[in-house]
Amino acid sequence: MKKKFLSIVLALALVLSLAACGSDTGSTGGDSGSQTSGDSTGGDSGSQTSGDSTGGDSSSAPSGAAFKLGGTGPLTGPVAVYGLAARNGAQIAVDEINAENGAVQFELNYQDDTHDAEKAVNAYNNLKDWGMQLSLGSVTSKPCEATSSMNFEDRVFALTPSASSVATTEGKDNVFQMCFTDPGQGAKSAEYIATQKLGTKIAVIWKNDDVYSTGIYNTFKEEAGKQGLEIVSDTTFNDANATDFSVQITDAQSKGADLVFLPMYYDVAALIFVQANTMGYAPKWFGVDGMDGILSVDGFDTSLAEGVMLLTPFAADADDERTKNFVSEYQSRHGEIPNQFAADAYDCVYAYKQALEAAGATPDMDAAALCDLMIEQFTSMTFEGLTGDGAGITWETSGAVSKSPKGMIIQGGAYVGMD
Amino acid sequence: MASLNLSLKKMSRTSRRNYLTYGLVILAYIILQVMHGSLSSSLKGMLVPICAYVVMAVSLNLTVGILGELSLGHAGFMSVGAFTGVIASTCFQSLIPFAPLRLALGMAAGAACAALAGFLIGIPVLRLKGDYLAIVTLAFGEIIKSIFTNLYVGLDSSGLHMSILEDKTNLAEGGKLIIGGPMGMGGIEKISTFTAGFLLILVTLVVVFNLVNSRAGRAIMAVRDNRIAAESIGVNVTKYKMLAFVTSAALAGAAGALFAMNYSTIVAAKFDFNTSILVLVFVVLGGLGNMLGSIVAAAVLTILPEALRQFADYRMLVYAIVLILVMLATNNPVLRGYLDRAKSVFTGKRGKKEAA
Repeated sequence: MKKKFLSIVLALALVLSLAACGSDTGSTGGDSGSQTSGDSTGGDSGSQTSGDSTGGDSSSAPSGAAFKLGGTGPLTGPVAVYGLAARNGAQIAVDEINAENGAVQFELNYQDDTHDAEKAVNAYNNLKDWGMQLSLGSVTSKPCEATSSMNFEDRVFALTPSASSVATTEGKDNVFQMCFTDPGQGAKSAEYIATQKLGTKIAVIWKNDDVYSTGIYNTFKEEAGKQGLEIVSDTTFNDANATDFSVQITDAQSKGADLVFLPMYYDVAALIFVQANTMGYAPKWFGVDGMDGILSVDGFDTSLAEGVMLLTPFAADADDERTKNFVSEYQSRHGEIPNQFAADAYDCVYAYKQALEAAGATPDMDAAALCDLMIEQFTSMTFEGLTGDGAGITWETSGAVSKSPKGMIIQGGAYVGMD
Repeated sequence: MASLNLSLKKMSRTSRRNYLTYGLVILAYIILQVMHGSLSSSLKGMLVPICAYVVMAVSLNLTVGILGELSLGHAGFMSVGAFTGVIASTCFQSLIPFAPLRLALGMAAGAACAALAGFLIGIPVLRLKGDYLAIVTLAFGEIIKSIFTNLYVGLDSSGLHMSILEDKTNLAEGGKLIIGGPMGMGGIEKISTFTAGFLLILVTLVVVFNLVNSRAGRAIMAVRDNRIAAESIGVNVTKYKMLAFVTSAALAGAAGALFAMNYSTIVAAKFDFNTSILVLVFVVLGGLGNMLGSIVAAAVLTILPEALRQFADYRMLVYAIVLILVMLATNNPVLRGYLDRAKSVFTGKRGKKEAA
């Protein structure tokens, strides 16, 4: 028995040490990635990263006092792809800004909330203990509603990259969004379909137990009526039966829909494409920003997504210098094309930088003082980032963003701008 | 005479253990209140959910440990309590300005509705032998989740409006949508406090301990130990099963109301099968029929994932390993010996032999 007990203790010690090592490499993983990429791409960040690597420490470590920037997101669980993308995007921005050695530097801390409001509040409190001064809110909508009410009570300014529900910012003067609101996406999609004359008979398949999908569907339906689009097929699914779509697809097919609108996340959309293909149904597909990521689904034949249109604020194939740098940096670090979550988070960090510089804020200010400065800046400034078009991004006092979406189409296994 | 003597001794031992449980809970509350200023925000934020989970664990222990029936849908009762509790407290918002009273009313309403739900399920199922309760409660949890995911409830000047599947509440100006279908409840008033949670734990313990130590409680345990024998001496099996099950459901409902009013937003999907199993894990790890064990397990296992945040990506792996180790350790005869010896210091001398 003693032997058994000893072996358990030893196993425990081993596992703990393994886990500890793991967490070390985990937190510095992004940094070592940036060093190698700095070498391989050369370019602007090369000299700074090499300078940092001789210093021995990680390149993301700020050289002086830094603003503590915290966010929560699903880093594990079924929607981890969003949380990870946002964290990775923000990390790239932070590394770039710190490498400039300017007045504004950041220290980034992303905590896992597993897409759950309770865990998000726990993660938020954890960040508060860490000394968070500025918040990136939460990545997904429901958790962000819970944390944004904490942000409001604690007077910590929040700029969420991707929590799109209206309730996130409603009634909170210090919570801002970088993404479109759900209703905004629905209306913009209907408008886009009508003005580009993509179809007249529309089928909609939406998820009726999901905030995101329901929010988009409601305003899409409303705006479609105004724009003279006819919704011929209107079918739903929920979490429990999100595996078989033959009923919904048959309904759309038999009613002669020439365009199917899919306000949902890409993982389910992938199943719909596969099933529609086997049923020999090939309408035009139209998705929203949740469709972004369809090309990185494991085991999915990307040729089935050929011709799928989606409305998203970010185009990874855009040929401006900043987008190109960001995409190549992201690819070299993580081996995939960044989606709009990464781009939104990247923009969030740069928007903070611009606002902090304009306000002349210093890292020794407390969160409440920074909060007042940021509210003033964000409601008055115009920001140019990876997302949105040349007209720049502005914010309303409600916290909602104002920028133009980009129509994208999937061609040859890549996202291509439609106009 | 000898047997009377023995039962007296036994009773005093259980009541001594009950007083120990009350004492430890009160002590923990006092310590946390005194230290409140120096606690981390992380721990402060978890106090109310811990109270809710403790009540959940103790109430489930009544079903699983005392009644001996497996319930896999305890989160369903929590969900009923959460939703009805929030509706009730929102309705009273203008009538009663005193928030703690509104919270109490919300918890009472949640408990009542959850008890009703438990009663309705119990009518057919508790008459059956075997594992049917596990299957039915599992289904109940899923059904409740589906219902609340499709339910729209709004409040305006002319009263409550309800609709299912689509939002047809047509609220008047100034009305408030309390339950918004898949969007769950948003903009909940955060009126739950640690003191309220502590009082709910005390009420739960009083209810459960008194039930267990009463005539009814002995009948419930007789049904658990041998149904046929209990029936043969005239114990109404269904009645006593129902008593335990409905009490358990009501307490879970109150816990749900407390939990929901600690967050500004709650979705029905939160109270899914995983939450039911989580509570069952608290009960199994704390020991069947052992209320103090449930309390400790619920508190420790709620804090643990947060305390493991430093392990970053390996957090849940470490959590699972800790669970396995705790189970191995508590079943280890050597460690058990130490534990029993420590226990006997509190609960009277050498009670172990008789219990075994």
